[in-house]
Amino acid sequence: MSALADTAPRRAGMPGWLAPALMLLPAMLLVVGVVLVPLALTALLSFHSFSSSTGISAGYALENWAEIAGDPYYAEMFLRTFRIAGVVTLACCLIGAPEAYIIHRMRAPWKGIFLVVTLGPLLISVVARTLGWALLFGGRNGVVNKALMDLGILSQPIPFMFTEGGVMVALTHVMVPFMVLSVWAVLQRLDPRAENAAASLGASQFTVLTRIVLPQVMPGILSGAIIVFALSASAFATPAIIGGRRLKVAATLAYDEFLNTLNWPLGAAVALLLLVAIAAIVIGCNALVERHYSKVFQ
Amino acid sequence: MLARSSTSGIAPMTDPAPAFLALDGLSKRYADHVAVDALTLGVAQGEFISLLGPSGCGKTTTLQMIAGFTEPSGGAIRLEGRDLVAVKPARRGLGIVFQSYALFPHMTAAENVAFGLEMQRVPKAERARRVTDALALVGLSALAERYPRRMSGGQQQRVALARALVIQPRILLLDEPLSNLDAKLREEMQIELRQIQRRIGTTTILVTHDQHEAMALSDRIVVMNAGKVEQIGRPQDVYERPATPFVASFLGKTNVFEALVERGADGAAAVLGTVRCPCPPHLAGAGHVLLTVRPEKIAFADEGLACRIVSRVFQGTYWLFIGETPAGVATIVCQNDGAAQPGEGESVHLTWRADDAALRPLSGAGA
Ligand SMILES: Nc1ncnc2c1ncn2[C@@H]1O[C@H](COP(=O)(O)OP(=O)(O)O)[C@@H](O)[C@H]1O
Ligand SMILES: [Mg+2]
Repeated sequence: MSALADTAPRRAGMPGWLAPALMLLPAMLLVVGVVLVPLALTALLSFHSFSSSTGISAGYALENWAEIAGDPYYAEMFLRTFRIAGVVTLACCLIGAPEAYIIHRMRAPWKGIFLVVTLGPLLISVVARTLGWALLFGGRNGVVNKALMDLGILSQPIPFMFTEGGVMVALTHVMVPFMVLSVWAVLQRLDPRAENAAASLGASQFTVLTRIVLPQVMPGILSGAIIVFALSASAFATPAIIGGRRLKVAATLAYDEFLNTLNWPLGAAVALLLLVAIAAIVIGCNALVERHYSKVFQ
Repeated sequence: MLARSSTSGIAPMTDPAPAFLALDGLSKRYADHVAVDALTLGVAQGEFISLLGPSGCGKTTTLQMIAGFTEPSGGAIRLEGRDLVAVKPARRGLGIVFQSYALFPHMTAAENVAFGLEMQRVPKAERARRVTDALALVGLSALAERYPRRMSGGQQQRVALARALVIQPRILLLDEPLSNLDAKLREEMQIELRQIQRRIGTTTILVTHDQHEAMALSDRIVVMNAGKVEQIGRPQDVYERPATPFVASFLGKTNVFEALVERGADGAAAVLGTVRCPCPPHLAGAGHVLLTVRPEKIAFADEGLACRIVSRVFQGTYWLFIGETPAGVATIVCQNDGAAQPGEGESVHLTWRADDAALRPLSGAGA
């Protein structure tokens, strides 16, 4: 009883910042413990040197960073990573934005059905979805390849596994729902009467799309593009399954350094560089987008 | 209401001029109900017409059919004698102001107004001049470079109006364009709208559920109810000579008294106290009739219908009285002309001119 009675006045006397700070504490501890500390350790790790005979040395050196900067192999890895992410982003814009608009314009039962069909795959593991592609196109035993070759249409399997194109196709398939979601959110806020108004002013259907709908949907496409780009550049499962160890990207390279070569410092440097590069690109694009649209949509 | 009390008496209720825009038995049926039921209307060139009715009576549907965004289930729309239904909305050349304004949010006021001219491929120099003129017309020259989100409702509404006017539409369609404004701004915009329409002479169809707005602005009013036309006429005719009980009750307050029909030397008359109103022949046989009279047509007198004042409310320019009479509750409106007014609880007599009262049979809607 008395303990309860004591609590109230003491709480009223607390400084104003204490209550929110206390409420944030568990989440803060989680972020610090699970994100910031490992990140800092990874950063430190990248400055150790490594040899296959003696393992990780105690001293600090720029050896790994010098290797990444000097060896064109790493430049190629990063170039490939961002090339794949860029193409996947573009493909998602070209597929996802019209897809969202078409579903948006559908009538009652179909609208819901197609939205579920589009977004449903998000409920399925990326691994499962990517393995689907491997089942269809994986070498001579892939279902599609086998069928086409048995029918005599092809003599060789479609080059899909271990190719950049294959990774791009599978990644696009995985990422399109994010673009649809992002564009969908903007479409919900669109006033359909603005399209009618444009038509009444003499605009053709095509003009309505390009001059009225597209500019208004653009912020959704851009934020979707940023999401898709970041997720594609850091994607692991899909490049690992389709690209394997023959066609590496930055994420699978870091993984290999950690678990196969056991060169943790080099893997840490690759992972850190990937993180910094993605963060720089995303933050830069976001700032550009914000500056361009702030005057219109505020 | 604006000053338009010049002509009294009854005007013909048929369309005066050959129709510029003709709606012929226009209907719209949805799965389970009829939104617009065989609407027939002729609009003369340069005329300002209002579609007036309660929410859900089919006004917007009618306007959207004229604009081409809703397909009619039946009937015809003709503009200058040519069928309009087959024409695409983009080719109808109508100016539309939507209830929500429907401005393009990613374009400035000037870009919004210029859009229609761009579609018409008007050369750049002329386009700039016409946009400037249109914005000046609605008093928004200073806000040309502003985006819609940064404008008040009234300013957005005026941009929408300028956008519709600048293409010099053959007909201007306005869907409750003032309903989102506060009272003062709405009154200003009504006057502005009427002046603009007078100056440019564009044939205009206004949709509204506000009887004051319809009466203030229109040459003629189309009163609608549940998809059907109740009455078409000039504002004063619709107000003074409502064709149906619905029109009488929808346009302003009205008193409904049950009156006894008496046969006298001067023929049959509806009698309330000592007030006698001549009965038309088809009602002469009835025992009782319903008599309707507007509150402002009732005057206090030494004799007439006995009435005890129950409440008295001062409204600024007029007094509003509620009274009890043997025939039912009476609402009376008196100009505040400085004369002494009866107080609450006082007993008075009410009278009115026979011309100001309308008679109807007791049962059913006598339209
Ligand atoms: N797309 C539609 N489907 C079914 N009913 C509709 C549709 N649009 C309007 N209605 C119905 O038609 C009637 C008239 O609507 P509307 O013309 O918008 O009325 P108003 O503009 O006079 O308020 C209403 O009962 C409304 O519910
Ligand atoms: Mg409406």
